[in-house]
Amino acid sequence: MHFSIQNILFLLVAVAGFGLFAWQARKIRANILVGRDRDMSGHVNERLWKTLLVAFGQQKMFKRLTPAFLHLIVYVGFIVINIEVIEIMVDGLFGTHRFLQFLGPLYSALTGTNEVLGALVVLAVVVFWWRRNVGVVRRFTGPELRAWPKLDANVILYVEVVLMVALFTMNAADLKLHQLEGKDLPGAFPVSSLLTGLFPDNLTALAVLERVGWWAHIVGILLFLNYLPSSKHFHIIMAFPNVFYSRLVPQGQFSNVESITHEVKAMMDPSYQVPAPATNPDGSAAAPTPFGAKDVDDLAWTNLLSAYSCTECGRCTSVCPANLTGKLLSPRKIIMDTRDRVEEKYNSPLIFHPSLYGPEAKHNPQEQLDKENHTLLRGYVTPEELWACTTCNACVEACPVNINPLESIVEMRRFLVLEESAAPNSLNVMFSNIENNGAPWAFSPSDRFNWADDLFVAEK
Amino acid sequence: MAEQTAKRPVSVPLMADLAARGESPEILFWVGCAGAFDDRYKRVTRAFVRILEHVGVSYAVLGMEESCTGDPAKRAGNEFLFQMQAMTNIATLNGYGIKKVVTACPHCFNTIKNEYPALGGEFEVIHHSTFLQQLINEGKVTAKGGESFKGRRITFHDSCYLGRANNIYEAPREVLEVLDADLLEMKRCKTNGLCCGAGGAQMWKEPEPGKKDVNIERTEEALATLDGDADVLLNLQGVESTAPVLPAGSNRGGSVIAVACPFCMTMMADGVKNKEREQDVQVFDLAELIASAEGLNA
Repeated sequence: MHFSIQNILFLLVAVAGFGLFAWQARKIRANILVGRDRDMSGHVNERLWKTLLVAFGQQKMFKRLTPAFLHLIVYVGFIVINIEVIEIMVDGLFGTHRFLQFLGPLYSALTGTNEVLGALVVLAVVVFWWRRNVGVVRRFTGPELRAWPKLDANVILYVEVVLMVALFTMNAADLKLHQLEGKDLPGAFPVSSLLTGLFPDNLTALAVLERVGWWAHIVGILLFLNYLPSSKHFHIIMAFPNVFYSRLVPQGQFSNVESITHEVKAMMDPSYQVPAPATNPDGSAAAPTPFGAKDVDDLAWTNLLSAYSCTECGRCTSVCPANLTGKLLSPRKIIMDTRDRVEEKYNSPLIFHPSLYGPEAKHNPQEQLDKENHTLLRGYVTPEELWACTTCNACVEACPVNINPLESIVEMRRFLVLEESAAPNSLNVMFSNIENNGAPWAFSPSDRFNWADDLFVAEK
Repeated sequence: MAEQTAKRPVSVPLMADLAARGESPEILFWVGCAGAFDDRYKRVTRAFVRILEHVGVSYAVLGMEESCTGDPAKRAGNEFLFQMQAMTNIATLNGYGIKKVVTACPHCFNTIKNEYPALGGEFEVIHHSTFLQQLINEGKVTAKGGESFKGRRITFHDSCYLGRANNIYEAPREVLEVLDADLLEMKRCKTNGLCCGAGGAQMWKEPEPGKKDVNIERTEEALATLDGDADVLLNLQGVESTAPVLPAGSNRGGSVIAVACPFCMTMMADGVKNKEREQDVQVFDLAELIASAEGLNA
């Protein structure tokens, strides 16, 4: 142990890094909780199992093999490197050097795996960058993926490379230092041992490089941690709670609005007692909750949680029949809009705010100027997008972290229809047909049984 | 033909009549609005009734007492209208003490199965594909003695409200397997299936502006699969052919796009018509295919 000024400095950096992250996380939690209450208690085992399969196990990623494989490298690399981060934290605080070396052969296995994964991460990142910027992966294009979202995606890739370079600098310098001193460095370094030739033979320079690598790696991680809340990369944390709180019912089951159930029951049975309206804590009548969703606070908190776990991969949009055939709807955009709007209306915990990145970052600048209509619906999402949805659940099926864009779409349709009577006219005709004839088409209910006339079956 | 086949008239039992006699059927056949009013889908309703009559299961229909389940209203956002319809239907079904409902419409199936329970309607709901599968497993339907499908190509178009919405992928495929036809899968099938374009109340409105209608995209994929046509398939995003290419000008032998949903039926039939392929490609519901194969068409 060589306790020094470095350790005090590290303590300050670590406290600042984690403290800032905690401050950002608190704001995000508050943002999510502006959503409507939804009881998600119970079914804990089922939920944990689902989290294990879908979030930890990457189950839904494997629908597409190439990105699944590349993502798996980065994901496993991330998890294994976190063990090393524990070592770095301890070393940093207590002035130890490679404190996990007491693990012996296990330490060699750990550092060796880490090095191989680190190199593979760099390779995967290069392929990711190619697919995103040079290749022709359609889901990485689209109007919602310009400006900040596009920059953000690349920044993540660059940072990952910087972190890996720092890691290898630290290891290779340390290895060479030990070699020149004729000592053994505990651990296995299959990649760094190939890099030592690139490093100077000067002991002081090596010691400095080792420190530079060490500091760059940990400071990089702390900076990246605080970049996450501004970024789509936040999914590395939010995917887990989002999958845990995802729906367990069949995908075709849409929620029944409870307040409407009371109304309809009262209409059908005059003796039915409608529950008393909600009151404020001071006893005055609370403002009535609108039907459906006009703004982010009309959505359920789980929908807002989802908005923070979206990594903008576009698998939803790439399978959306409306989007595939050139319509305006993009499920990914609905989710991205939800996050942008909640950050605009409530606390923005962001260090990098999307609105700072050019007019393109705003989807409907003309409508955004209109303060009256400046809500999620109309300010961000147009009715044209909403009416293009076939409710086919392809987006829900495709999302690797179980986001359900369809819920938000239906909630906004409910607002359009029930609060604004703003359905397309042909749908209003369909509504009145159901009301008057009990069928969505203009047929008389008395003709409903005509199909049974003159029906014969072949006798066998 | 007709003079060679003995036929008997079918008097479809009405629930109200059965109840008046104090009887209760094993199943209630929920016909649905398309099954009752759409000229094309009425043929499916009649085919399914022929199967029910043939296997001798006791059934009844509501007739004029049936009303829209409210599915299109709900998907379009009109929750109020949906619940009005739902509670009226639930009152009717509960009034007759119905336990088991069979329907040929995946939208009715999904709504009654998943959304009625919270409103007081608890029924065992079965889609006709699952019901037909059960009849086949029990040996009550063999699909022999009627029309042969040998050498004909059939591709099944998954209904979103059967598949992704309720995880029913195998039942319709098992039903088709008894036909002894060449079954081909489209690239986008099962969980990756592509919508016909009519769900979510799209059936009742013009599509939003775009490059193409959804049913055309889907029909192109179905036709390319049936033809084994690599050129067409290449134009579809990321789709590869699984079937051998048919020689140019060969008789395609009456290929079939099989569906299990009235909306899919309309959309696929429109698509085939748009592509001017009605001569060699037909769209049939599972019940029609089984009724033909079983020789039940009178």
